Amino acid sequence: MTAAGRIALGAACAAILAFLFIPVAIILTYAFAASNIQSWPIAAFSLKWFPETWANGEVRAALGLSLEVAATATAIAVVLGTLAAMAVHRMRFFGREVVSFALVLPIALPGVLTGMALNSYFVFWGIDLSFWTIIIGHATFCLVIVYNNVIARLRRLPGSLVEASLDLGAGPWRSFRRITLPMIASAVGAGALLAFALSFDEVIVTTFTAGAQTTLPLWIFGAIRLGQRMPEVNVVVFAVIAITIIPVLLAQRLMGAAGRLHK
Amino acid sequence: MPATWFCACYLAALAALFVSAFRRVDTMTGEILPVWTLANFRILATDPVYRTVALRTIGIAAAVTITDAILAWPFAYAMARAVGPRLRAVLMALVMLPLWSSYLARVYAWRLILAHDGALNWALHAIGLPRASIGYSNWAMWIVFSYLWLPFMILPVFAALERIPDSVLEASGDLGARGATTLRRVLLPMALPGIVAGSIFTFSLTLGDYVTPMLVGGPGSDFIGNVVYASVGVSNNIPFAAAYAVLPLLVMAGYLLIARRLGAFEAL
Amino acid sequence: MRRKAERWATLAAALLLPALQGQAIAASPGMLQQIGPGEGTLNIVAWEGYAQDDWVKPFEQQTGCHVNRKYAGSSDEMVALMRSGGGNQYDLVSASGDATLRLIYGHNVQPINLALIPAWQHFIPQLKSANFNTVRGVHYGVSYEWGPNVLLWNTQKLQPAPDSWSVIYDKAHAGQITVPDNPIQIADAALYLASKQPDLGITDPYELTEKQMDAVVALLKQQRSLIKKYWALASDEIDLFKNGDVVVGAAWPYQTNTLKAAHVPVADTLPKEGVTGWADTWMLSAKAPHPNCAYRWINWVTTPKVQAQQALYFGETPANTLACKEMDALQAGSCSQYHADAPASYFDQIRFWKTPRTECGNGKDDCLDYSVWQRKWQEIKG
Repeated sequence: MTAAGRIALGAACAAILAFLFIPVAIILTYAFAASNIQSWPIAAFSLKWFPETWANGEVRAALGLSLEVAATATAIAVVLGTLAAMAVHRMRFFGREVVSFALVLPIALPGVLTGMALNSYFVFWGIDLSFWTIIIGHATFCLVIVYNNVIARLRRLPGSLVEASLDLGAGPWRSFRRITLPMIASAVGAGALLAFALSFDEVIVTTFTAGAQTTLPLWIFGAIRLGQRMPEVNVVVFAVIAITIIPVLLAQRLMGAAGRLHK
Repeated sequence: MPATWFCACYLAALAALFVSAFRRVDTMTGEILPVWTLANFRILATDPVYRTVALRTIGIAAAVTITDAILAWPFAYAMARAVGPRLRAVLMALVMLPLWSSYLARVYAWRLILAHDGALNWALHAIGLPRASIGYSNWAMWIVFSYLWLPFMILPVFAALERIPDSVLEASGDLGARGATTLRRVLLPMALPGIVAGSIFTFSLTLGDYVTPMLVGGPGSDFIGNVVYASVGVSNNIPFAAAYAVLPLLVMAGYLLIARRLGAFEAL
Repeated sequence: MRRKAERWATLAAALLLPALQGQAIAASPGMLQQIGPGEGTLNIVAWEGYAQDDWVKPFEQQTGCHVNRKYAGSSDEMVALMRSGGGNQYDLVSASGDATLRLIYGHNVQPINLALIPAWQHFIPQLKSANFNTVRGVHYGVSYEWGPNVLLWNTQKLQPAPDSWSVIYDKAHAGQITVPDNPIQIADAALYLASKQPDLGITDPYELTEKQMDAVVALLKQQRSLIKKYWALASDEIDLFKNGDVVVGAAWPYQTNTLKAAHVPVADTLPKEGVTGWADTWMLSAKAPHPNCAYRWINWVTTPKVQAQQALYFGETPANTLACKEMDALQAGSCSQYHADAPASYFDQIRFWKTPRTECGNGKDDCLDYSVWQRKWQEIKG
């Protein structure tokens, strides 16, 4: 690539990064704004929102619930998604195409549809909306993300390795554990990370599948209406980013390293 | 197998929803009457407002998809082919980071930027340009949606570009193609599955959203999702909402079929 | 099956009531007879500004009932929430008059045992057994507070002070107007046309024939091109005024108070064509999971002190007449400012929200019901 090309590319990337992060920067800055109604520019700065938000029991409860939901949904998604990917990849069973297509639906279909359908379904069967209905709602798209990542990786792997392992006398479980699993680990990890992030921030499906429970996004929606406490929302986002930035970076480094071994 | 059983439940829920599209609801009590009727579909077909809303939704979804594809391309290319592994990991983390900062908070940040006395007009005023009045409008929605789903487009395009072996590009160069030609005839077609995969996200996420139109939309900005939400969450007319929801379902089904043809499923 | 049983029970109760005419308060079977210990939790659906920490925190401390709040932006949302998930998600709802009858006829709420609500004796007469929360003598809720829908404007950018609704239909302010995103807003336009085009014959803004509705819809479609944004949440309107996007609009006094507290130069008024308003009722869900906490809440928020706090915070008027003194204690002159001591004639001139039905007051049956209003509203918005 020419030097001019490199500069142009670099500039384009910088612009796009700026585009991605200016709103985030605004959120972080407004965590320090004194006024409870957001307006530009900030008239006065204040640190008062930090202790207030931390003292707010509802925030901590919502944050905790969101973490629990995301973790559980991701865990379910990892197990079921990996199994499904392996099944679809290896076996030829009737309706395979349909299953494959259906497994894209939760992501491809608008969240309001999934939410409505699940809501009606739960009501019909008399299932009370609760923690578990939220999980089910989230697990649908988390599963799809993990499934897609894993199956994409499986398609790129040579099947001969597993065959060789089986020929050499290792049972299917052992072959899976020592051959397949390490090879798909980074794909599973990437899928799990994305699924966790999506579940953590999900608001549309959750609106329909949550009863009186409040996840963080639902709390944020409420906080905006509760006497105009937008700065509390900004503080929460600030805290979440501060906490997640290091693990996300580390995870990317690890998966990048693992992924390269199998290019 | 548990995943199939899960699948079946999900599909059953969807099916039940669409069956209800053929029912009516009693306005006073809100109960779904056990009467088969095509009234909902008739209203949707004849009343022009629903056509307008549908076209607006699909139109903006398409615009957002194209915008994101254009924006994602240089970034994904740089990440895949022009930087070292350490920087790549950093860029990847940076792309994912906005996903952790609450959808709602980001949309509110845009409201602040695009407001009449907001950051954008402040900047325009500072450099002597006239104020823009795009705060609550379709333009605002286009910008915000493109912003929100950009990471979802960057990731699959990056994955697709990363997979292209260096040898192919070298061969293209050896055969006498210059940069632009290689781009057009080698890179783009090979990355197309990734672009289409990303477009599934951007298109469907825009198609079904009702929160952003509510927050940054203007008077004529209602999406299919808003009408559905208004019918379900507000007027409790689930059959009508289900009937209208058939449209995005059909659109996405069609889109997915085309996407599969173009190999996007391999690239998700 | 259970729903049918409930229906019979309510019918039986209603039939028995004439026999119980002598009693001041009617008791129905299935109602709580005595307030027991709290269940520890309370789930309420409320308007923004109706469950502020100022009175929620003391309540939680005194009763041990932790309050979970869900905010709704419109009566439609409230009805949907109370019906969602089988109807047992929430205990209480602060429903306005255009939601109450729907909830009652939908069997989503249960009768209240007024013997357990001592403050009820001190309510203004019109709100003791209002026709929007009392059906055939059975009380399905306890009135809370009431207030008008006001005209709000930025005093610096709009002068002189407007006194007519015409200002929100005026091309001079194109792109700087906001009104609620709520089908019931059609009634506000109808009220305006009632005085501007008297030959339409609109007497009750909630009872509109097809011809009257067409005229109102035409006006609202004209207005649409002048609207910056239809506000769905009160916080939307607050943002719009604060950030200079709009200059005038229809609002609740809550927005005025919040903006003034944030040093935005606004003022509100009741224009000369008249105003619509809302009178809110706390209603108990038919399948409330925490009835004891719910009754405790109702008793708490009907005390004069809390009624005054709520009234001043939101900018509305208490149902409890004893609250007048408390209001003046918190803010001198507020009792008369918010008409808490106003004569019945003032109350009667506000057109309170009610659900449009096909039955017109004049004995005819050709008015349009609410589902038509909802479709028309969507048509107006486009």
